[in-house]
Amino acid sequence: MRVRFTVNGRPQEADDVWEGESLLYVLRERLGLPGSKNACEQGECGSCTVRLDGVPVCSCLVAAGQAEGREVVTVEGLGEGGELAPVQQAFIDAGAVQCGFCTPGLLVAADDMLQRNPNPTDEDIREALSGNLCRCTGYEKIMDAVRLAAARQSEGV
Amino acid sequence: MGTTGLPAGITQGSRTKGGIGESTLRPDGTLKVTGEFAYSSDMWHEDMLWGQILRSPVAHAEIVSIDTAEALATPGVHAVLTYDDLPTEVRHYGLEIQDTPVLAHGRVRHHGEPVAVVAADHPETARRAAAKIRVEYRELPVVTDEASAVAPDAPVLHENRGDSHAPHVPHPNIVHRQPIVRGNVTEARRRADVIVEGEYTFGMQDQAFLGPESGLAVPAEDGGVDLYIATQWLHADLRQIAPVLGLPEDKVRMTLAGVGGAFGGREDLSMQIHACLLALRTGRPVKIVYNRFESFFGHVHRHPAKLYYEHGATSDGRLTHVKCRIVLDGGAYASSSPAVVGNAASLGIGPYVVDDVDIEAIALYTNNPPCGAMRGFGAVQACFAYEAQMDKLAARLGLDPVEFRQRNAMAQGAVMPTGQVVDSPAPVAELLRRVKARPMPPERQWETTEGVDVRQLPGGLSNTTHGEGVVRGVGYAVGIKNVGFSEGFDDYSTARVRMEVVGGEPVATVHTAMAEVGQGGVTVHAQIARTELGVTQVTIQPADTRVGSAGSTSASRQTYVTGGAVKHACELVRERVLEIGRRRFGPYHPAWATAELLLESGKVVTDGGEVLADLVDVLEDEAVEVEREWRHRPTEPFDLRTGQGFGHVQYSFAAHRAVVEVDTELGLVKVIELACAQDVGKALNPLSVVGQIQGGSTQGLGVAVMEEIVVDPVTAKVKNPSFTDYLIPTILDTPTIPVDVLELADTHAPYGLRGVGEAPTLSSTPAVLAAIRAATGLELNRTPVRPEHLTGAGPAGSSGG
Repeated sequence: MRVRFTVNGRPQEADDVWEGESLLYVLRERLGLPGSKNACEQGECGSCTVRLDGVPVCSCLVAAGQAEGREVVTVEGLGEGGELAPVQQAFIDAGAVQCGFCTPGLLVAADDMLQRNPNPTDEDIREALSGNLCRCTGYEKIMDAVRLAAARQSEGV
Repeated sequence: MGTTGLPAGITQGSRTKGGIGESTLRPDGTLKVTGEFAYSSDMWHEDMLWGQILRSPVAHAEIVSIDTAEALATPGVHAVLTYDDLPTEVRHYGLEIQDTPVLAHGRVRHHGEPVAVVAADHPETARRAAAKIRVEYRELPVVTDEASAVAPDAPVLHENRGDSHAPHVPHPNIVHRQPIVRGNVTEARRRADVIVEGEYTFGMQDQAFLGPESGLAVPAEDGGVDLYIATQWLHADLRQIAPVLGLPEDKVRMTLAGVGGAFGGREDLSMQIHACLLALRTGRPVKIVYNRFESFFGHVHRHPAKLYYEHGATSDGRLTHVKCRIVLDGGAYASSSPAVVGNAASLGIGPYVVDDVDIEAIALYTNNPPCGAMRGFGAVQACFAYEAQMDKLAARLGLDPVEFRQRNAMAQGAVMPTGQVVDSPAPVAELLRRVKARPMPPERQWETTEGVDVRQLPGGLSNTTHGEGVVRGVGYAVGIKNVGFSEGFDDYSTARVRMEVVGGEPVATVHTAMAEVGQGGVTVHAQIARTELGVTQVTIQPADTRVGSAGSTSASRQTYVTGGAVKHACELVRERVLEIGRRRFGPYHPAWATAELLLESGKVVTDGGEVLADLVDVLEDEAVEVEREWRHRPTEPFDLRTGQGFGHVQYSFAAHRAVVEVDTELGLVKVIELACAQDVGKALNPLSVVGQIQGGSTQGLGVAVMEEIVVDPVTAKVKNPSFTDYLIPTILDTPTIPVDVLELADTHAPYGLRGVGEAPTLSSTPAVLAAIRAATGLELNRTPVRPEHLTGAGPAGSSGG
């Protein structure tokens, strides 16, 4: 089948999509956007988190056909005009990236939370990111990164 | 023999920005936050096929027949390969013992063993075709534990063993046995006022790296193959892959693709040979990507263990003796079991001074999943047990558990059970003091001005308690880990360093085959080059097999050994640069001949700070390049009977204090804080060091309260191969992890550094267990602790002796 949807503001089209393919597979293997990750492909790890019409979802659990005509934002679309989004820069600065495989999903989830809740408490951050597994960092630097992004965001206002 | 790890003659200045000791940022950080970093599962090639592996659904069976006809006839399928299709007589591989079949030959020995491989034009086509391969199995009795492994009628997992351990093991189902005997335990026991015994069980932990096993094999016109792969050691893979393919090593060109974590689980081969076989057979590039289900079958796990301990002490709190027996389940194939045995035995009593010890460690062959390397490597299981014993002894003696440990703590100059003298700082008592001195987290922290915050309570968002039935406990533990490959292994690394002027600026290029798996080795290599060569710009070349081996990214060794190699190569480059400078400018300034010269901030300076020349002017259009192997000081094997020997390169130490809260009614645990103190010798990158310690601590927490691969004791089949049923800590399960970093130099090591990655994984688990015991009064002799162990509903929940 043919699937058409918008990714990071650009209309995209994929042909010969098998009906069982996930949105994640189409992004990674057909549209050349491998930033969304495939750590479990069963909706448990959050590494494939994208925003679908503004709502964070595990793209491995979304059939590609379900994205027809909708708007998808992936990690590749977080920055603007070649600039990193504040949360991306904060992850680098705080040492929140080790192997980095969880990073794209965490960034999409953290970016979404910071838009909804610009001044999160630590427990708010933990709750918002509890669907994103990280195996390297022990999450402390990820907490630091999100706190840093929130602080920079509020300074910028 | 190359150079050993003696400190360099001159101390290079540290004024160049971004050198060692600074928390410089990762060179791959931007690519990783934008999604551009290419992991092994992101590889893509025009016309590529997808590979799929068919795995055994049973743990032990004879393969009566395999029929691939229907699978081969499936449209879109390009190849189906079984054992009979292997191109050479080399059909097994293995890190130390080549006992693992590339594809099963007449018999499968564990659930999930590869039987056949398929290449097709779509991953789903490949999966469906694999399901059409008809394999007839005749099931055999399974070996699942020590009793069934050494029973008189036990099926022998590997007949006609020819490995070096076979002659000294008491049964062919024992991979390796290492005793360590020192002093006289029988006599020492008479001096003991208190003796405690314990039997402990350590569950099977999975590395659960997030980036699945994956890679891309591209057939080349010369008959060779290019393999882009996530691994921990390119050259060890190469040595195992090339003979199976029937290719010389120079025709198997390997490049490290992005690695999504490793933790030991990528030491063994997974899909490397399968992808290459399919690529060479079809003449098309072949990509293989495991899903999570397959990943649980596709790599070795941490050895589950049974540990039997007897400790004695005098009434004034001095250890008299330790007797212990550690039984590790190695599963169906050897992997790194022999080395894990050596570690478990030699580190089996922990960082304590005990003159009289009787230790035995063995690893079994069973039909359980193969086990091998995971962060901590044999030392983790032992630490869980000996630290429980230390708490038991302290309680019997009426002593504070930290005070009791400090009285028996080793220090520099102590003698290990192997007879090896610990010849660098061993601040065991100090690490314990530091974690104990830390202020306690506030009580009832879940009470906020807006009511109870359930996210801070056991059960969390499940909203199972508002504090009722919740009790707090505090526990301590300390551990000892070796750094580097031990027991006489020739543990070297290679580095190629080049220095030249690019764009009017001196630039250093560092090329090694080190597997960057997330630990930050690439960051550190650039820092070393800046410090040693006084440059700002450093290019890190991709890791591949065009340069010599860098050894494994494991055993906490890369900063020490490949870092040491980079440092050494830089020193040689610097010497040559200074020679060029002397040749060009020596006649014009006497300091070129008389002063100690440094490279700093792009200039040649004297140790007094006088600038002699710009590096740009020294080098002009000349490039200086050096490639060298570098070795740490040699070790020696442990004696097979007594376990004596200078077996380890270096030791590292960490201590933890865990504060937990337990909902005693539901058996739910919340770790409130997990404080760590660790000696790292020298923190080359403090930010990365703390990240390693926090990550390692969290993996230890995981195996304390949730992580376990459950293997059915009757069928030896894995029951929970998913992230739905195998739980790793989420951000809600993980507490704050304050870290106290000590830097006591080990003069044998580059910059005095001490390997960091593994030590924090050891003491974390027993500290959490000790805290749960303190909260509940339960004995808890197994890890992980499950809710039923805490509520009295399960067998390990019984309290008391």
